Amino acid sequence: MDVLSYFNYWAVVVLMMLGFFIVIARANLVKKLIGLNIFQTSVFILYISAGKVIGGSAPILSDDVTLYSNPLPHVLILTAIVVGIATTSVGLALVIRIHAAYGSVNQNDILKQDQQC
Amino acid sequence: MLSHIALLPVLLPLIGAPACAILRRPVFAWGFASSVAALAFLSAAILLKLTFEHGVIHYSLGGWAAPWGIEYRVDLLNALVLLLVSGIATTVLVASRTSVWHDIAENRRGLFYVACLLCLAGMLGIAATGDAFNLFVFLEISSLSTYALVACGRDRRALLAAFNYLVMGTIGATFILIGIGFVYMLTGTLNMTDLAQRLPGLGESRTVFAAYAFIVVGVCLKLALFPLHLWLPGAYTHAPAIVTAFLAATSTKVALYVLIRFSFSVFHLESSRLALSLEAVFITLGIVAVFAGSLVAIFADNLKRGLAWSSIAQVGYMTIGIGIGTAAGLQASLIHLFNHALMKGTLFLALAAIAIQVGGNEFSKLRGIGRRMPWSCAAFTVAGISLIGIPGTAGFVSKWYLVTAALAGEQWFLVLLIVAGSLLTAVYIWRFVEIAWLDSAPEKATGGDGEAPSVLLAATLMLALANIYFGFDTRLQVSASGGAAAALLGEAAQ
Repeated sequence: MDVLSYFNYWAVVVLMMLGFFIVIARANLVKKLIGLNIFQTSVFILYISAGKVIGGSAPILSDDVTLYSNPLPHVLILTAIVVGIATTSVGLALVIRIHAAYGSVNQNDILKQDQQC
Repeated sequence: MLSHIALLPVLLPLIGAPACAILRRPVFAWGFASSVAALAFLSAAILLKLTFEHGVIHYSLGGWAAPWGIEYRVDLLNALVLLLVSGIATTVLVASRTSVWHDIAENRRGLFYVACLLCLAGMLGIAATGDAFNLFVFLEISSLSTYALVACGRDRRALLAAFNYLVMGTIGATFILIGIGFVYMLTGTLNMTDLAQRLPGLGESRTVFAAYAFIVVGVCLKLALFPLHLWLPGAYTHAPAIVTAFLAATSTKVALYVLIRFSFSVFHLESSRLALSLEAVFITLGIVAVFAGSLVAIFADNLKRGLAWSSIAQVGYMTIGIGIGTAAGLQASLIHLFNHALMKGTLFLALAAIAIQVGGNEFSKLRGIGRRMPWSCAAFTVAGISLIGIPGTAGFVSKWYLVTAALAGEQWFLVLLIVAGSLLTAVYIWRFVEIAWLDSAPEKATGGDGEAPSVLLAATLMLALANIYFGFDTRLQVSASGGAAAALLGEAAQ
């Protein structure tokens, strides 16, 4: 019971480690970015879960509601999502330029090419 | 009215960046970016003067009172970092024209300056804000523009360096975000002053430690503290020369500020149970960074890469200061933060000048360069002497304070290691001096002859003179950092 009530946080930990592992273990630059995205998303879930008050309603002012969820983490995460999108787009733009310059998006290939010249 | 000035250094470049994007001609963009940076510098100077006279300046954005709204809180430490970053940015941007024209394709020059202004806005924002989440947002603003700037390098290896920096920088920033999330869950506030009041009440909570650990690891990635430095040599070596000068003098300094701010103002490192082991960690990693960085720098065949590794070593000195943990140690760390920005600014600007003339910074191309570009090389040598820490230069002041702080803590071994580290610095600076001044020039000189363009040269010489000036007149760094260190530890003692 106790374990299940922390379900969100277990999901966060699993996603975080998955993302982190992909970033470290994969040589493909696009996959690295995907891993980075999963890693960031897990933190978004962490924040949003923390904002939920059990039994609380959506934070919209109304007369017949007394208990609200905390809206602040959601707002913070909206900002963080924007930051995440910006990071992903800069990263993908870099991958396109890398592909144009090296003809590959595999880190090992790229390093090999650099060593040759 | 006066408190509005706390916002100015951040607001100017932040609004200036989109305005700069409208300008079509790159020359205008250069002029505009330089004047915006100069205005930011001016307001930072006024801010520092005000904080000396009136103490801490508070500014609530949009009139929302502190714990709810975002507060800008400028004390001596913030003001010193603001002044340093905006000052270096002004010098580098004014000097940048010839080097940028040399390094970057014509259609990208305007946007290059937009990215510079965004990066500046981010760093000044980090230094001015009193809100933990706001700090994260500014960190990402500066980081994202930095990735773009690094990728502008001439060499295609710059792209991979920028990508690696992006991956590690994002992991670091996300770690900081996790840490901030933990403290928010614990305390329900994001305001740093508020956090500082509420965190001690939680006692020895494991979540507080976890939050602090996440933030420290995240910040140390940005700071390039050994062994989290892997992105730095590539990024500094392959970035355009001007970008390296700008980043080396500012970005790691801002990261160090964040580390100090979180460690002492927010988490009260010195009064928590964790302190003892963490101080040992900072000192150990600092020493390893000093030796590893210096040794690699000695054997680098590209001078720019050598200096990048030297930056890792110098970051080591700064963390040693934090690790000593006394007010004197903290002050030494802050003085070195200030002085190192001057040194590395000069060194990388001189390298930018050399790169324009000979087309690179490899040692093989530098033979006899002292005869062809005497002023640039003189500036480089002065800054190099300052880096070693010879009396009469700014570098000596920071080493002196660091050694004094270590002596006061009776850590003799540490003193020995600091001095030994300086000797290693002397080795790689001497290597340049020998090749540039003592070697005869090759028969057929590669690239153009003569001195660097006048504006670039003037800025380099000015920074080199600043190295000497701040070696004699130490009032600014010493009083500001002394006050800041006392305030940091005083806040915690209450």
